Amino acid sequence: MLNDTIAAPATAVFSSGIGIIRLSGDEAIEIASKLFPKLTKMKSHTICYGFLADGENILDEAMVSLMKAPNSYTREDVVEINCHGGAKVMNRILEALVKCGARLAEPGEFTKRAFLHGRIDLSKAEAVMDIISSKNDFALKSSVNQLRGLVYETVKNIRAGILYQIAYIESALDDPEHFSLDGYEEIVMGKIKAIVYRLTKLIKAAEQGKVLKEGINTVIIGKPNVGKSSFLNLLLGEERAIVTAIAGTTRDILSESVIIDGFMLNIIDTAGIRSTEDEIEKIGVERTLKSLANADLIVYLIDSSGDIDENDLRISELISNKRVIVLLNKIDLGFNISDSKLEDIVHKIYPHGDNFGDKKALPYIRTSTKDGTGIGEFSEAVREMFFRGEIDNEEEVYITNQRHKEALMKALESMGQVQKSLADKMPEDFLAIDMMAAYESLGKIIGEQVDDDLVNEIFGKFCVGK
Amino acid sequence: MKQKTDICVIGAGHAGCEAALAAARLGFKTIVFTVSVDSIALMPCNPNVGGTSKGHLVREVDALGGEMAKNIDKTFIQSKMLNLSKGPAVHSLRAQADKLAYSNTMREILENQENLMIKQAEIVDILVEGKKITGVKTFTGNIYECKAVIICTGTYLNSRCLCGEAITYTGPNGLKSATYLTEAMQKLGINFRRFKTGTPARMDKRSLDFSKMVPQPGDDIITPFSFSTDSALIQKEQALCYLTYTNEKTHEIIRENLGRSPMYAGIIEGTGTRYCPSIEDKIVKFADKERHQVFLEPEGLSTNEMYVAGMSSSMPEDVQILMYRTVPGMENCEIVRSAYAIEYDCIDPSQLNAALRFKEIEGLYGAGQINGSSGYEEAAAQGLVAGINAALYLLGKEEMIIDRSEAYIGVLIDDLVTKENNEPYRMMTSRAEYRLLLRQDNADLRLGERGFAAGLKSAEEFARLNEKKKSIEKEIKRLKETRIGAAGYVQDFLVLHESTPLRSAASLADLLSRPELDYEKLGALDKERVTLAQDIITQVEIEIKYEGYIERQKRQVSQFKKMENRKIPLELDYDKVSSLRLEARQKLTALRPLSIGQASRISGVSPADIAVLLVYMEQYRSR
Repeated sequence: MLNDTIAAPATAVFSSGIGIIRLSGDEAIEIASKLFPKLTKMKSHTICYGFLADGENILDEAMVSLMKAPNSYTREDVVEINCHGGAKVMNRILEALVKCGARLAEPGEFTKRAFLHGRIDLSKAEAVMDIISSKNDFALKSSVNQLRGLVYETVKNIRAGILYQIAYIESALDDPEHFSLDGYEEIVMGKIKAIVYRLTKLIKAAEQGKVLKEGINTVIIGKPNVGKSSFLNLLLGEERAIVTAIAGTTRDILSESVIIDGFMLNIIDTAGIRSTEDEIEKIGVERTLKSLANADLIVYLIDSSGDIDENDLRISELISNKRVIVLLNKIDLGFNISDSKLEDIVHKIYPHGDNFGDKKALPYIRTSTKDGTGIGEFSEAVREMFFRGEIDNEEEVYITNQRHKEALMKALESMGQVQKSLADKMPEDFLAIDMMAAYESLGKIIGEQVDDDLVNEIFGKFCVGK
Repeated sequence: MKQKTDICVIGAGHAGCEAALAAARLGFKTIVFTVSVDSIALMPCNPNVGGTSKGHLVREVDALGGEMAKNIDKTFIQSKMLNLSKGPAVHSLRAQADKLAYSNTMREILENQENLMIKQAEIVDILVEGKKITGVKTFTGNIYECKAVIICTGTYLNSRCLCGEAITYTGPNGLKSATYLTEAMQKLGINFRRFKTGTPARMDKRSLDFSKMVPQPGDDIITPFSFSTDSALIQKEQALCYLTYTNEKTHEIIRENLGRSPMYAGIIEGTGTRYCPSIEDKIVKFADKERHQVFLEPEGLSTNEMYVAGMSSSMPEDVQILMYRTVPGMENCEIVRSAYAIEYDCIDPSQLNAALRFKEIEGLYGAGQINGSSGYEEAAAQGLVAGINAALYLLGKEEMIIDRSEAYIGVLIDDLVTKENNEPYRMMTSRAEYRLLLRQDNADLRLGERGFAAGLKSAEEFARLNEKKKSIEKEIKRLKETRIGAAGYVQDFLVLHESTPLRSAASLADLLSRPELDYEKLGALDKERVTLAQDIITQVEIEIKYEGYIERQKRQVSQFKKMENRKIPLELDYDKVSSLRLEARQKLTALRPLSIGQASRISGVSPADIAVLLVYMEQYRSR
């Protein structure tokens, strides 16, 4: 039944001081009042203090608020129980609610109901979800952008361009005796190229958007004892806004998220790398290699008071052709590295030259984790690398949504097929096939094309209780 | 007088003929009523069958067991495959018909069809008891009891013809119109609309100067319409058509007299089709065009009449003669029959389901122009589907519904019953999303099984079809598996055909997919080849050459099928889905789509509404 009563924690279950459990549905008041009898006398949009009890058994001390339909998030009767946080308490309350007739909500079900009752539409739901999961200012801004319709306008525009070409071809196919396609190839080639260019830009912006929204996956690498952990601690110490601290998949790789100057780094500290016969260290090195593969940025620490040796050259090879910032650390102990050795390193990392398009030399910064020298320059370098040289503001549209990005990639792929068909001198009706596919992919971004998976995908992404 | 039969077909035009033949061939006693037995399978407008996308429909009618393709193969006087410079999906066959021969040959087929009776009578009422068909009544009061009725009245319902200020209340070609049936059907709760179409004048061939026109010959090698026609037996001397153009003078005359055109004077109430505009419309809507094409097409071998394609009109006769005489080669033309516009009643086809059955009346079907379509081919396709479904209904079997991914017929019917059509509906290749799969060359492979299941194709024919399928698959497999090494003679062969030499071994299929090579040329490298029929080679070539595109289109189809397979429960109450917009809710309630896919194609139902429905249905299902 659509309006059966669902319940779920609206806050993270673990480790917070206060937790909120939300109920929504026709029987929300009736069910919750079995644990909190005062509820039946409460007015809508008020909050009330008291004890939650399952019969004789006191569950928790709580503040309970009531929002009656239709003026609630789901447009159904909604009860929110502000209780103590932690899995144990919240589970006990949830169990009691289920016993009284509530059902545990599925992921995204509250928002699904809000949507079904016409409170929000699909594209808004998606943007709202992005706002909820935004972790920094930039991501928030781009979600708001999305709500405001910048993405909508841009994609609509590209789509209109594609549709025009399709219509042109189609009319010639339907009326070959009146309508000729002579010379059309030349025209369409230019148009397609322009569309491909715009799509490429959007995808690039989407990639940036991902980095900005989800953070820059950063790996710290270097020989043992060059100050990797000190560097990490320095970053964490400087900036109190630690977002998460979750253990990595392995004991010796730890991921920390830190926000510096408004952008987020997800930092993985790695085991030191040196040639070794030691089995345990070998495993550590293998894990390091794995994390390198997924890295957006590599921070490579070198002990500037020592010298560059075989192990450094080996590391340089491991990280070749990646985005790298070299930190010449321990500058407080002196600087003993020759220019030619540094050049060797640069050459190992970028044997064919820097291929990220910004034509800037590999940034290396003299740092001291002891006194904080060079930290400012480091964040400046990250900013330069990810925000200025690369982000293209031409479209002024940021795509932060993964689904949108995938649709863009599909559209680009289809347009690539169109170009290939043109190169192969295929008849025009073949061009229309892939143009239509691109048109439809783009339609999914702006909600003019709906398919079966889409709706589930969107609501499936919501966390329970949101 | 009372008489019993199984199925009654009202009207013997292109829809009525196919409907009646299908019903009778499926074993039911069928009567086909016509206001004039002399007008069976009449072609009151253009003298041809097929054309872009329409040619596809004719092939599909043939694949399902209809008659149109066979009949035109017997009576054509010129044949041409259109769009040959484009991809195989849009190749379309068009044949000029000998109108009289076409009509007579079809009449002969009907007259000799077992279970089928022809009766000249005007039907004035459809008898229904408790939402179920019980019979029809003629003007003279005869009652024919039956279980199913197929309405194929074309443009005859309350029709009136306009030629300038002169208005006659007749059907096409001066034939008697049917003036009672609309009202009778309205009493059954059926909604009507008024559409308009038109036809150009017919000229006396002797008055035309063809030396001023460009001759338009047929193809050197004639391709038959029907898969069962032996191409060798239909090669013949073909008639010529001619091309000429209107000019500024023509346009001037029309502009000066626009006030006398019933269309522009506001006398015509019906909506015409944008795709078949009158010459007046063309001049007004495409004012910047300096000239328009005009094709002179023979109406048959036993007549001097020539059809003036591209210049249909509802201007008064005195204006007509002036404007036609401005066209090069027509300076001294003599009109045999004047151009006219015709207005007629047709139903709102959203009252039909995809089997062409009226949703509210059991046993009642509609096909052809009554459903708001235009064209002989569109009519025939619907007639066949309605005929088959009426028979399946009497057999107590499931309805035959063809979807958009299977055939142009599916696109045609889905568009008619789902989308809002505010003008006579004409088939077009651009309407078919999965065009590359719906080619005219593979209609038999696509629909043969349907024809067999419906009962119009014999087991023998079906076995032959399966044999063909197997041969195609086998040959494709062989070409993919046969490797050709980079030997000297191979490289020589490739260079000779301006193809890049091989770097390493490649399969014959790889080579075949090169644009500059074809199956015939590759014979030089293909030692194990056995001789195959041309239709098999064509399929093999298309499947290999366009494999990537076909694969991509198939993926699109599987997406489409997913939405078609999301069936909407019949009992779903749209009023309970609170966030549907009002318009969507009304349309969905009225149309009752079978699936989310169909719902998404209803005009006035937005993608946002579909998203709402999808989510709602999921909740509904998990209840």
